[in-house]
Amino acid sequence: MLQEESDLSLVIAQIVQKLKGSSLYAQLERQAWASLQRPEIKLESLKEDIKEYFKISGWEKKLQNAVYSELSVFPSPSHPAAPPEHLKEPLVYMRKAQGSWEKRILKSLNSMCTELSIPLARKRPVGEQKELLNKWNEMGTDEPDLSLFRPVYAPKDFLEVLINLRNPNYENGDSLSFRTHLGLIQVPLKVKDIPELKEFFVELGLTTGQLGIDDSTQVPPELFENEHVRIGQKVLAEQDSAAAQQYIRQGSPTALRAELWALILNISSQPEDILYYEQLKTNVIQHDLLVDSLIYKDVKLTASNDDYYFVFEDYLYQVLLCFSRDTSVLGHFAYNSASPPKSYIRGKLGLEEYAVFYPPNGVIPFHGFSMYVAPLCFLYHEPSKLYQIFREMYVRFFFRLHSISSHPSGIVSLCLLFETLLQTYLPQLFYHLREIGAQPLRISFKWMVRAFSGYLATDQLLLLWDRILGYNSLEILAVLAAAVFAFRAVNLMEVTSLAAAEAVLADLSTLKVMPLLQIFLFATVT
Amino acid sequence: MGGSEGVRHHPLQPHPSFPMPHSEGEWDFYWCDVSWLRENFDHTYMDEHVRISHFRNHYELTRKNYMVKNLKRFRKQLEREAGKLEAAKCDFFPKTFEMPCEYHLFVEEFRKNPGITWIMKPVARSQGKGIFLFRRLKDIMDWRKGNAGKKLTSLEAQPARSTANPSGSHDARSSDDQKEDIPVENYVAQRYIENPYLIGGRKFDLRVYVLVMSYIPLRAWLYRDGFARFSNTRFTLSSIDDQYVHLTNVAVQKTSPDYHPKKGCKWMLQRFRQYLASKHGPEAVETLFSDMDNIFIRSLQSVQKVIISDKHCFELYGYDILIDQDLKPWLLEVNASPSLTASSQEDYELKTCLLEDTLHVVDMEARLTGREKRVGGFDLMWNDGPVSREEGPPDLSGMGNFVTNTHLGCVNDRKKQLRQLFRSLQGQKKASS
Repeated sequence: MLQEESDLSLVIAQIVQKLKGSSLYAQLERQAWASLQRPEIKLESLKEDIKEYFKISGWEKKLQNAVYSELSVFPSPSHPAAPPEHLKEPLVYMRKAQGSWEKRILKSLNSMCTELSIPLARKRPVGEQKELLNKWNEMGTDEPDLSLFRPVYAPKDFLEVLINLRNPNYENGDSLSFRTHLGLIQVPLKVKDIPELKEFFVELGLTTGQLGIDDSTQVPPELFENEHVRIGQKVLAEQDSAAAQQYIRQGSPTALRAELWALILNISSQPEDILYYEQLKTNVIQHDLLVDSLIYKDVKLTASNDDYYFVFEDYLYQVLLCFSRDTSVLGHFAYNSASPPKSYIRGKLGLEEYAVFYPPNGVIPFHGFSMYVAPLCFLYHEPSKLYQIFREMYVRFFFRLHSISSHPSGIVSLCLLFETLLQTYLPQLFYHLREIGAQPLRISFKWMVRAFSGYLATDQLLLLWDRILGYNSLEILAVLAAAVFAFRAVNLMEVTSLAAAEAVLADLSTLKVMPLLQIFLFATVT
Repeated sequence: MGGSEGVRHHPLQPHPSFPMPHSEGEWDFYWCDVSWLRENFDHTYMDEHVRISHFRNHYELTRKNYMVKNLKRFRKQLEREAGKLEAAKCDFFPKTFEMPCEYHLFVEEFRKNPGITWIMKPVARSQGKGIFLFRRLKDIMDWRKGNAGKKLTSLEAQPARSTANPSGSHDARSSDDQKEDIPVENYVAQRYIENPYLIGGRKFDLRVYVLVMSYIPLRAWLYRDGFARFSNTRFTLSSIDDQYVHLTNVAVQKTSPDYHPKKGCKWMLQRFRQYLASKHGPEAVETLFSDMDNIFIRSLQSVQKVIISDKHCFELYGYDILIDQDLKPWLLEVNASPSLTASSQEDYELKTCLLEDTLHVVDMEARLTGREKRVGGFDLMWNDGPVSREEGPPDLSGMGNFVTNTHLGCVNDRKKQLRQLFRSLQGQKKASS
């Protein structure tokens, strides 16, 4: 009991510490001072009266939302004497694997840099700055020569690293036994099974209304949709993050989605946020980074070729170029197993005073990175708001999809969850695919790393991401991947090669996400 | 049956009931070219059951100058009969002047609105050919030096004369059959819409398909699918010479240096409708789409009395609609031979399904009862009167919620609907035999 209390007070202390540095704190202070003018505030009961005032005026709600936002990424309680690396990632072998993966990426980046004789960063000449400023809203029209640039890595390179992960304390043995994992991932992490998933995703059950199912043309809107929209409007009026998160588990109506996501992510466009974005934009104009070319190449290769996202090409540059210069993103490395790559000023290798993080936000983009931003362009049209939403989505969710960690939403756990689900509930299919050399994870990995962006139709993708926000977890990606295999099981049983299996699963654009999930979780005989 | 190139061959092949004709002239169903029509329609005998895919004088609707005339006349009539408010519903066409005969009226309007942009379009060409933008009368001096301009100069030398027949319709041959020797191409000068709705900084227009089975009485169907065609470059009024910025035809975009064939630069209407709904809310979108319904119906009504209504004829029109920043739709033009070549897999599927459903509605096999409100992806939009989404007799009192039976950009579960439809028709046949 005492331990729990002291844990709780530690958590509270840490969150208070974090919030003290935020603009919300300054605003609350100002509001408190201003409220002294009000007649209902009496000196004798100052504390209670101000608290009451905050409650009525909605400032308490804002504080609640901020606390809730911090809690959503708060690492699970650990030993008070745990060093900071443990908060990033408790398992040593995972930390080591992430470290060596990072070294490889950095080596690749540095060698590209030397090969092409391009500096990692350079200041733009004034003429070039002017030109870029003029072209800011249509950077997509630029066609720089990017043929020599290669993406630093692609998802399948990352998959190879994950396949080779081993826990040195776990005796796998050379002989096959019933304990052997038949899939590609060979680390023993705890993942949920279907009964646990049913409990976790209880709101997706057959008897609960869902957007994505119960708003289809055959269902009269009076049954579910109208009421759901009404509740959504009420949640928005109350401006309560936690309520919004609960509400969105059943899906968000199209018209309310942009505001609901902003509420859940606790994004409000304050003047200082817009100013911050403009500052980042100035940084882009003044300095050119090597990663910019990588970003350009990625956008041209992926989003620009997508039938639906090509329209938003310009927004993608405006977001991603600013993103790489945003040092506030470095904050998320406290709970990310990854660490930002360090670079040294020329000639001062090893001297800490001359170390800089490269890129400034510590995130090196890989092939397909721009697809995290593309679906958001559907909802947000104001560049600074779009930017804030993307940044928050990244530091809450997307970073877990390309760093090695034991977190239940980390990509390693997702892969293991996917393989376990398939092995347990579709053993014949799993075995067949394994026999023909088409390990299922080889096909589904790219879906999960991109959170299905670019594979599903946009409206279905947004319904899926509603649930990611609602459950504050990426596990639904693994469940959906398994559900897709289950759906196409009959065709997959007929194939005889990896290429043929890929072909069966090449086009997911006609899939309806929610019925698939519901059937897999709640209507399959286990 | 005869037919021409493109996607048309594919869906028509599996129809066992349509044997190929043995000789020229021996056909029951002809998807013809307009040129064939012009030359042969008048001296071709057609049996009762025969169907042909164009109306004899469809150009009343599809040639820009005729359409403008017909619409203006219809608007005047509406104003006389039903008042200004009703007539204002016809204001979906940007101010247009026929050139060269309305040149002086154009100059008057031009002078009243200095600084706005105008677009000059040849009347009978397609795929964006010959179109240009201008802001100063100086800019059309070059055009005046060309053939149409020469005609203008000679016309200016003559006393004013109307080129329209008293009945209001036009004879296609009379425009060629002038006193002058030079074969002249007519143009229209139209007010350019300077505030188009932009997505991702790009301009786009909408292509919508309307199937007219007869004009008297007017029976028209609206296809649920369609697409938005994007210009490849970002919209700006500073470069009116850049064709690629302003013209959204795929044919023009295909020649743009930015064009990548894989892109296709098209969005299906469903995606477009969802995008708008998430940005402006469902009510605004409902209003926009019902304004578009208004465009289709009024434009057809305006030519209803002049089109030679032949029971053998039907026509699939491709409407080009532009949305401006106030979410007001504008009619750009109507095409009688909308392109049926596909630019992507999705496009191919849309067009094959469109043709299949057209054939279902035309109903050569006489399977339908004639009382259907929906066939595959087509919804019956007008049946000598508005068609309501609700079942039962229409609520003509004007009160109550009349929602038109159109579902543009909505879910198109046509396969399912066709299955149900034909199953119930079979059932009805069995029951009556």
